[in-house]
Amino acid sequence: MILALLDKLHGRPVWIRWGLFAAGLLVALGLPWSLYPPVATDILCWGLFAVAFDLLLGHAGLLSFGHAAFWGSSAYVTGLIALHSGLPFYVAVLGGAGAAALLALPIGFLAVRRSGIYFAMVTLAFAQMVYFIANQWGDVTGGENGLQGIPRDLPGFDLSDSFVFYYAALPVVLLGLAAAWRIAHSPFGRVIAAVRDNPARARALGYPADRYKLVVFTVSAFLSGLAGGLYAVNHGFASLQEVYWTTSGKVVVMTVLGGMGTLWGSLLGAGAIVRLEDWLSTSGFEETGLVTGGVFIVVVLLFRRGVWGTLAHALRPRSGSSTPDPEPHLEHDHGDASQPVSP
Amino acid sequence: MTSFLQQAFNGLVSGSFYALLALGLAVIFGMLRVVNFAHGALYMLGAFGAVALADTTGLGFWWALLLVPLALALTGTLLERLLIRRLTALDPLYNFLLTFGIALVCQDLLRMKYGAHSQPYERGPFTGSMDLGLFDFPRYQVFVLAVSVTLCLAVWLLLTHTRIGTIVRAATERPELTRAFGIDTGRWVTPVFGFGVGLAALAGVLAAPMRAVNTGMGSDLIITVFAVVVIGGLGSVFGSVLAGFTIGMLQALGNLYVPVLSQTSVYLLMAVVLLVRPAGLFGKEEPA
Repeated sequence: MILALLDKLHGRPVWIRWGLFAAGLLVALGLPWSLYPPVATDILCWGLFAVAFDLLLGHAGLLSFGHAAFWGSSAYVTGLIALHSGLPFYVAVLGGAGAAALLALPIGFLAVRRSGIYFAMVTLAFAQMVYFIANQWGDVTGGENGLQGIPRDLPGFDLSDSFVFYYAALPVVLLGLAAAWRIAHSPFGRVIAAVRDNPARARALGYPADRYKLVVFTVSAFLSGLAGGLYAVNHGFASLQEVYWTTSGKVVVMTVLGGMGTLWGSLLGAGAIVRLEDWLSTSGFEETGLVTGGVFIVVVLLFRRGVWGTLAHALRPRSGSSTPDPEPHLEHDHGDASQPVSP
Repeated sequence: MTSFLQQAFNGLVSGSFYALLALGLAVIFGMLRVVNFAHGALYMLGAFGAVALADTTGLGFWWALLLVPLALALTGTLLERLLIRRLTALDPLYNFLLTFGIALVCQDLLRMKYGAHSQPYERGPFTGSMDLGLFDFPRYQVFVLAVSVTLCLAVWLLLTHTRIGTIVRAATERPELTRAFGIDTGRWVTPVFGFGVGLAALAGVLAAPMRAVNTGMGSDLIITVFAVVVIGGLGSVFGSVLAGFTIGMLQALGNLYVPVLSQTSVYLLMAVVLLVRPAGLFGKEEPA
């Protein structure tokens, strides 16, 4: 019954959906066998980060250009907890994610007062502020040196082997992904989409649009924090790079490459970019911005649906779909119907 | 008191750069509804242009001040024609992403050539300092301030007192209505974009003799300028420019009295403005 419902909701044959799910799980389980394990764990972290980001961009239509603030602040807090408390790393990561969510409350509260392009500029500016604070507050964050020697503690287990650590990190990432999926397909997710597509109407129906945006912003920050915390534990260190604007840009490119609004496409985007950067840096090429920037230009100009979106578009069920396939929609500011038009 | 005035003056000089960049961003945004992320990169290219011109041809500062903005303005018009124009019918965020990509590419291309270190540029005019009554001030920085103020005033006069300015303002405020009057607003899009880019490049050339010329100079500046235009209201050219000078000054004074906040004061101010007047001090609520 549930399967039939899923089928109706998403218009794809059930076997494709479960087949994809099984294939994804197999890839996730086999990843460290085919890749250098720390890189495999990087893909997990960036993948969760990009999915969390897409929850905000693709589903709420809000382009945050400051998500490094949440990834990075969690990396620091996770590192501090792990360094000073000796608690299992799961607790540290959870603490980091909680800190990211706390940080998202004031930033989100202010940022959702603007929409569209302003939202992007405002989040970017606040993230830069977080960067400067991290830089200045060297006693706590280690300043230019960062936090070093973050341990991978878990009573009863030896996680020093990166291969083992991958499997310790995987459940956290899977839970995060499941949460993102659950939220996107919940009644709450439908309201979020309504707020994105027609804020005035959603408001008229009694949904406090700004509060919904703030909630999804905070949830996205929490999940980004989970990812950032794991990343810090994976590398054993947290640096200013984690809160820098290039990190915000990197997660945007992953999601846009994978296909915004597709959720799982972000995983593909993350995998591709992490692999590419790893390959470039091992071959001694340091100007990764050239690649990231180039990908941005090509994707935005030529295939705005991204990889997943393009595939889904090509494989879409042909029968009875009368709605034209839209390009991914970002939040449109509909001239804010609540504002009177000045004469 | 003297140090207060001196700091305020310093602030006006750094505000000159904010104002020139904000001015370009605002006119481009008005005409195209595009927030040009590459604006900072073009500022950086302006500075590197001055360095490259001196290195390759030996031409000095004044030539650079003339040629580099022209060349980059031309590049800007090409950019608009070839890339940005394709996306203007879509959500403005796509062009934000496109120009972000362009900025990253510019920055790393230059890093391949010059590395991450700062380039020396010692061909600035007006060396030494002058007596401003209460304190001595570097003559070059007085020059920068004068150029910036003059340019901002000139653009303001251009917008308010000429036919071209009227068309641009009309196209900014009521694009459909302007077209209905039989004015081809599309003609002005490319020149306005080129002009805005030229301003950024000019700011870059002005920065070369007094600031570290390195590949990071543009991205650091543009993020502050974003905060500046959110505070001033991007829809308002006047507001953006005024916010540029004011914030430069506030930052410098903050530096004097509360050094801890020197880097974060802009963002705190932005937070306050978002709380009190989300549209920006001079902006009006409008679709973005």
